[in-house]
Amino acid sequence: MEHYHMNLTLKIWRQKNSNAKGNFETYKVSNISSEMSFLELFDVLNEQLIAEGKEPIAFDHDCREGICGACSMYINGEAHGPWSKNTTCQLHMRAFKDGDTIVVEPWRSQAFPVLKDLVVDRSAFDRIIQAGGYISVNTGNAVDANAIPIDKKDADDAFMAAACIGCGACVATCPNGSAMLFVGAKISQLALLPQGEPERETRALNMIAQMDKEGFGNCTNVYACEAECPKGISVANIARMNREYLSAGLNADTK
Amino acid sequence: MGLTGFFLITFLIVHCLINSMIFFNDGGETFNHWAHFMGSNLIIRTMEIGLFAFLLLHIFQGLMLWSQNRSARPVRYAVNRPEKNSKWYSRSMGLLGTLILLFLILHLYHFWVPSRMGGIGSIHELEPASLSTYSGQEVHNLYNEMLMVFRENLWVVIVYVLGVFSLFWHLLHGFQSAFQTFGLNHKRYTPLIKGLGVAYSTIICIAFASMPVAMYMNWVS
Amino acid sequence: MALDSKIPHGEMKDKWEDYKGHVKLVNPANKRKLEVIVIGTGLAGASAAASLGEMGYKVKAFCFQDSPRRAHSIAAQGGINAAKNYQNDGDSVFRLFYDTVKGGDYRAREGNVHRLAEVSAAIIDQCVAQGVPFAREYGGLLSNRSFGGTQVQRTFYAAGQTGQQLLLGAYSALERQVALGTVKMYSRHEMLDVVVIDGKARGVIVRDLVSGKLERHFGHAVLLCSGGYGNVFYLSTNAMGSNVTAAWKAHKRGAYFGNPCFTQIHPTCIPVSGDHQSKLTLMSESLRNDGRIWVPKQKGDTRKASDIPENERDYYLERRYPAFGNLVPRDVASRAAKERCDEGYGVGTTKMAVYLDFKDAIMRYGKTEAGKTGHESADDKTIFELGKKVVEEKYGNLFEMYEKITGENPYEMPMRIYPAVHYTMGGLWVDYELQTTVPGLYALGEANFSDHGANRLGASALMQGLADGYFVIPYTLGNYLADEIRTTAISTDHPAFVETEKAVNDRINKLMSIKGKQSVESFHKRLGKIMWDKCGMARNAKGLQSAINEIRNLRNEFWSDVRVPGDINEFNPELDKAGRVADFLELGELMCMDALNRNESCGGHFREESQTEDGEAKRDDANFSYVAAWESKGEGWEMHKEPLTFEIVKPTQRSYK
Repeated sequence: MEHYHMNLTLKIWRQKNSNAKGNFETYKVSNISSEMSFLELFDVLNEQLIAEGKEPIAFDHDCREGICGACSMYINGEAHGPWSKNTTCQLHMRAFKDGDTIVVEPWRSQAFPVLKDLVVDRSAFDRIIQAGGYISVNTGNAVDANAIPIDKKDADDAFMAAACIGCGACVATCPNGSAMLFVGAKISQLALLPQGEPERETRALNMIAQMDKEGFGNCTNVYACEAECPKGISVANIARMNREYLSAGLNADTK
Repeated sequence: MGLTGFFLITFLIVHCLINSMIFFNDGGETFNHWAHFMGSNLIIRTMEIGLFAFLLLHIFQGLMLWSQNRSARPVRYAVNRPEKNSKWYSRSMGLLGTLILLFLILHLYHFWVPSRMGGIGSIHELEPASLSTYSGQEVHNLYNEMLMVFRENLWVVIVYVLGVFSLFWHLLHGFQSAFQTFGLNHKRYTPLIKGLGVAYSTIICIAFASMPVAMYMNWVS
Repeated sequence: MALDSKIPHGEMKDKWEDYKGHVKLVNPANKRKLEVIVIGTGLAGASAAASLGEMGYKVKAFCFQDSPRRAHSIAAQGGINAAKNYQNDGDSVFRLFYDTVKGGDYRAREGNVHRLAEVSAAIIDQCVAQGVPFAREYGGLLSNRSFGGTQVQRTFYAAGQTGQQLLLGAYSALERQVALGTVKMYSRHEMLDVVVIDGKARGVIVRDLVSGKLERHFGHAVLLCSGGYGNVFYLSTNAMGSNVTAAWKAHKRGAYFGNPCFTQIHPTCIPVSGDHQSKLTLMSESLRNDGRIWVPKQKGDTRKASDIPENERDYYLERRYPAFGNLVPRDVASRAAKERCDEGYGVGTTKMAVYLDFKDAIMRYGKTEAGKTGHESADDKTIFELGKKVVEEKYGNLFEMYEKITGENPYEMPMRIYPAVHYTMGGLWVDYELQTTVPGLYALGEANFSDHGANRLGASALMQGLADGYFVIPYTLGNYLADEIRTTAISTDHPAFVETEKAVNDRINKLMSIKGKQSVESFHKRLGKIMWDKCGMARNAKGLQSAINEIRNLRNEFWSDVRVPGDINEFNPELDKAGRVADFLELGELMCMDALNRNESCGGHFREESQTEDGEAKRDDANFSYVAAWESKGEGWEMHKEPLTFEIVKPTQRSYK
C-alpha cells in the first residue's frame, strides 16, 4: 500500500455546551499521513489548536480499536465516515486524498443531546437496557454452563446480535432517528437463547416502551441502520423484535 | 402502517383485476358488469367504507410518523449522504404518499364521485348502459366515462401515469416493508418476499398505467 | 506496618471453602444500611456492583466513560479460562492453578491463585445464564480453544469479542440493579481522591466530567476496580482513557503499591506506523494457535515475505521452544521477537516487526475441507480458498481489523507484528480478602497485584476480573462490613471530606494556573518514550537510574510548563488528561525504582543483568521471592516485603522447551 501525505480542510461542529448554539468552524491541517487513523487526525488538529491558544475539539473516544462504541462522528454525511462496517476510530486517512474538505458533525438526535462539540449524551441507551435488556439471574444462581445445549445456529445468531457496540450510529443515520436496530439487537439476542425465555414478553414490551419514551423516531424499514452499523447488525433483528412485540402484546394481560 | 398497507395492497389487486376487464375490448361490457357488481353488492359496499377508513388511517398514521420522526431529529445534518446507505424511495414514502393522495383526489373526482353520487346536486350523472348479460338491467356505463376522461385529455393521462409511477415506488418499498413490520424476515423467505414485491409493484403499476394510455391511443374503444 | 496477606490456614484446596464457611455475615436488614462505592465498571467493577446490589447493599458505581458498557474490558479478544475440563483433556482446578503460578514465574500468591482456579468454573456458568453467547459446537455445547502457556483447551470464547460479551453480560446485570434501585450509576464521573476517616476509607471525591463540579460521596467501603496503568507507556493496547489515577490517589492515601514494575508486553500487536501513533492494537493471542511466527534467516532481508523461500525462514519460536512452539507464554514470545529485531532480522519499513504467517494453517484447513468433500486432488488455489473460509470463520474480525489499520490483506501476506504494552500485573497490594492496606479500601481486577505474579497467561485477565467481582468480594467484603453495621452514614460535611475536596480543588487550580507552553499530550509522549526505552521489555540498572532522573525532571517541567486550555467548570477533556498524566509522571518513577530494586529477571520483568547463557530470564528466588509493596512517603517511597512461600508448586526454572 502506497503511503502519502495530504493537506485537508476540516469543517467541524463546535458547540460550547448543551445550551449553547453551535456553528461550524473551518480548520486547515497539513502533512497528514495516509497511515493515520481519523482520530489521530483530530489529535494533530487539537495539538495545533492548543499551540495556537485555542480550545481543542471535544470528541468521544476510548478504545480506538472499534469495540467500545465511544467514538461517534458524522463524517461527510455518513455515520463513522465512508468505510462500511467501520467505526470512526478505525477509519484511516487512506480513505481521503490531498485537498479534500471533510465535514464532521455530532450524531443528531432528539434523544442524544449534544454535550460539547462532537460529544453527545447517549444515556438513553443505558435506560433502555435498564428497562429489560438483561436476564434476571443473581450471581450464584446459575446451573452448569453445559446443562442447556443451545442450537449452534441460534447461538451464532444471538452472538451476531450481541455484537452491537452501542455507538448509536443506527440512530444517527436513520432518517427517522429510530433506535430500533439497537433495541432489536438486544431483544433478539435474549429471545434466541433459552435463558432469556422467562422474561421474553415483558422484556419486549418494556424495552420498547422505554425506547418510545426517550424520543427516538419510528422505524419505516429504510435499512440505513444496517448499512451503516459498524458491526453489520442485521435488520432481521428488528423483524424479530416486531414479532416479539406483537406476540407479547397479544398475550399481555390488560394493563 | 403495515396492516393498513396490507389491506390497501389487497384492494389494489381487486381494483386492478376488474379494471383490466377493459382489455377484453368488448366495448366495456365485462367491465361494466363487474363495476356494477362492485357498486351494488352490499358486502362490497360495506367493505368500501372499510377501505376508506383504512385509507384515512393509513394517511393519518403516515402523518403521525412523519411528525414524530421529524421531531426525533430537531437539528438536521448540514451534510448528509443517505444515498450511501438506503434507497431514495424508502426515504420518500411521505412524499410519494402525498403525490398518490393528490392523484387519488383527482381519480375519485373522475370516477368514484359520479358513479356513487351522480345526480346529487350538480354532480353529473353517468350515462346508463344496457347490459344484456345482466338481465337487461340498466347499469352505469363507467367504461364510457373512462373513455370520456382519457380519450381527449393528454394531461389527464400524464397525471394518471405519474400517479401510478408514484404508486410504483411507494409499493416497491411498502410491500416488503409491511412484511418486515409484521416480523417476517427470514434468510430464505425474505428474498422471495422482496422478489414478489418487485413483481407485484411492477405488474400492478404497468397494468394501471396502460389503461389511460391504451384509451388515449385508441387501443381499446 | 507488617504485611498480613491473611491467607487462611489449612490445605490449599480447602482454604477458600473454609474461609467461606467461617466468614462473618451481614444480615439483610443491615445490608440495606451499608453503602458501598465502586470505582470503575469493567469486568471487576460491573460484576461487583451488580452482585453487591443483588445482595442488598446500597451501591454507588462510577465510571469516567459515557456508559459503563465502554470500560476497556470490552476490548479483550481471545477468551476466558476456566477449569471445566469439558474437553476431557486432563484439565482440573489443580492444573489451572499450577499453570497460573508457573506462568506467573512464581511471583504470585498460591492461595489467591488457587481460589481463582476454584471459582473459574462458576464464572462460565454465571455468564451463560446471563445470556453471554459463547462459541458452541454443533451439538449445542460450549466450544474451547487453547492459549499460550498451557497444554489443555480450557479457553471459552465468543469469536474475537469475548471481553465485549462478558462485559455486556456484567453490564446488563449492573443495569438491572440500577433499574431495581440498588445501584446508583454515575457515568462521566472520575474519582480524584479517597476520603480516609480514622484510618478507614469512607468515601471519595469525584469530578463530574460534564459540569466540572466536584462531588463528595460517602461509603462504608470503597472498591477500586479501575484497571491497569499500561498507559504510563503512552503507547499501549489500553484505551485512551485508561489511567492510574484512582489507584494512585489511593496509594497516596496509604494503600501500598505491589510490584509496580510487572508489566506485560503482549507479543502480537500491530507495529507502530509513525510519530502520529496514539495507541497500539492487539491481535489476539489466539492467532498463535494457527499462525507461525518467523523472520528471514538473512539480516536486513528486504524481499517481500512471499519471495522468501521456506528454507530461508527462521521460525524462531519453534526452533527455540519445540515443546510449546508458537504457544509459549507472552513474556517469552515478546522477548524472542525483540531479540530477533535487535539482532537485525526485523521486517517491514521500521524493521521492528516479525511475521505472523497463516499460509500453512490455511493450506492445512483447506486440505481437511477438501478431504471432507472428496476433493483430495483439488489444486492449491482451491485448497487455499477452502482453507481461507475456515480461517475467516475463526479470526475474520481480527483479519478485517488488521486490514483496516494497515491496508494489507493478511490472507495474502503475513501479518507484521511487534510486542506492545498490554497489561500490568502490578497494582495495589491486597490481602486474600482483596483489601488494600487501608481498611475499607479494596482493589479488584487489574487494579490489584495479586494473581498473575510476574506474567499473566492469556485469557486469565477476564477470569480474574470476574472472579473478584462475582465470587470473591461478595464474601470478603461482608467480613469487613459485619463490623461496620453500627457506623451510620457519615455526613459529607465531615472535615475529612471538606479537606480532601479542597486538596483536589487546589490541584486542579494549580494545573489550570500554570498556563505554560507545552501540551499535556507532549509530556505523556515523552514519559512514554522514557518508560519504553528504559523500563520496557529489557531493563538494566544504568537505564533505570537515568530513567528515574529523567522522569523527575520531566515532572518538574510538567508542573511549570504544561498548558491546559479551557475552564474548570465545563466539559474539559484536556484537564481530565492533565490530571491523569500528572499521576503517570509519579507512577513511572516508582515503576523504575521497583524494576531497579528487583535485580532478577522474572516473567515480564527482564533485567539484562540476570539471564541464562541462552538469553532466558533467570530468577533469583533466594533474594527476590517476595512481593515488593511500596508505601508512599511524602516525596519518596518505602518498600515493604511480603515473602512468598510455595507449598505446592515448587519454583523451578520455567521451561517451555
